[in-house]
Amino acid sequence: MTPSSAGALTISDGRLALSGLLILVNVGLSAALRLGLSRSLLVASIRMVVQLLLVGFVLEWLFHQDQAPLILLVGAAMAMIAGVSAVQRTRHRFAGIYLNSLLSVMASSALVTGLAVTGLIRPQPWYNPQYLIPLLGMVLGNTLNGISLGLDRFMDGLRSGRDQVETDLALGATRWEACQAVVREAIRVAMIPTINSMMVMGLVSLPGMMTGQILQGAAPAAAVRYQIVILFMIASATALGVFGVVGLAYARLTSADHQLRLDRLVRPRGGR
Amino acid sequence: MDRPQLLSAAGLERRLGDRLLWSQLDLALAGGDRLGLVAPSGAGKTLLLRTLALLDPPEAGTFHLLGRSPAAWGLPRWRAMVLYLAQRPVAGGGTVAANLRAPWRFRERRGQGSWSHGRITGWLAALGRDPSFLDYDAERLSGGELQLLALLRGLQFDPTVLLLDEPTASLDGATTAAVEALLSDWLAAGARACVLISHDGEQIERFATRTLELQR
Repeated sequence: MTPSSAGALTISDGRLALSGLLILVNVGLSAALRLGLSRSLLVASIRMVVQLLLVGFVLEWLFHQDQAPLILLVGAAMAMIAGVSAVQRTRHRFAGIYLNSLLSVMASSALVTGLAVTGLIRPQPWYNPQYLIPLLGMVLGNTLNGISLGLDRFMDGLRSGRDQVETDLALGATRWEACQAVVREAIRVAMIPTINSMMVMGLVSLPGMMTGQILQGAAPAAAVRYQIVILFMIASATALGVFGVVGLAYARLTSADHQLRLDRLVRPRGGR
Repeated sequence: MDRPQLLSAAGLERRLGDRLLWSQLDLALAGGDRLGLVAPSGAGKTLLLRTLALLDPPEAGTFHLLGRSPAAWGLPRWRAMVLYLAQRPVAGGGTVAANLRAPWRFRERRGQGSWSHGRITGWLAALGRDPSFLDYDAERLSGGELQLLALLRGLQFDPTVLLLDEPTASLDGATTAAVEALLSDWLAAGARACVLISHDGEQIERFATRTLELQR
């Protein structure tokens, strides 16, 4: 069998509905073990289906657009959603946390995706939505996780390490000397998933984008090249985003008078 | 008496939530002063020490150390000279010796020498401890041993004002007496002063040269 260039087999409506029956495995398990997850499983399934079907339509429309401002606007909207969701998974908040997250996500993803489309992959034109939007989406999805982890770990580290930080401050440390261990740890933890996934890439996991390209009939060797570029993009964007967001949080939760300002931390209402 | 004025603070005010802990509080320390803070629990004794060390953003009041403001000194320098020892001391990983050495690496201390093994072992002897205490794992110290570590870690820098928050709360009677004697000697060796919080009224009576009462 030779790979066809006509694209993957189409999935009919009936078979699509049939695939939904697979979720009954989860529902059954949840009911049997009384996990209390049936409701959220159903809601999540329905959300997933509706969101993806809608995105299918939106992308179909978007890929026929050729005005740079419009495409960039869609990219900015995606980045905003990523910035906001990154914060929503953290257990503490401070005034300005959303702005910090937005700035970090936007700056890091714009820089890295920008370099990729203008220098590495070079679609024509550079804002060709068929390239720009999926690349940006993959970068954002991973940066979001890193930022979420890094922020949460940093705020938690300051809270649990408060006595150590203040002991150092009381002994004459600058705020950076007192907090650097917590900053380092937060950035380290946030980078671990990216490093882990690169470690086992191809051995344990076949990434979604590569699978998609192969199903579409692309030569595996060509799909692999995209994957390599994507992974480097993800790694650098995550590093930049995490560095930015933890740095901004550090500036916010300490003061120029070398004080720890945990009084600026609050628990979100209805948060975990 | 013309003992030099070391630390002065005027018009201090502090709130905790909606509650006003104190206001219009003035405080002055001269060389040799041992000020005992007397107040019921929750009146903000610890917060007053933290305020003097400028660990919390001040709400009101002016501060001077040897006639200079905190901004003129720089905050790390201020805290190096007005040194606060917390009620619940903490130590990092490593040995007691490593913990005593660590703060010497702060930018504030650089170029001021390093820890003096002889001085520390002298203090340890005065506290009835063997020099092998220096090799203990700091994370396995008892509460009392941790207090001794924190005390020596602060004393070695010879601050101008030492702020002691229940420094002997976890110590036995003999060691408490040794700590008080050690502090007396240390205070007498220079233009230094200290502020002491203690729940032991007898200790305040024994050790303090005067007291300050915080009202609720």
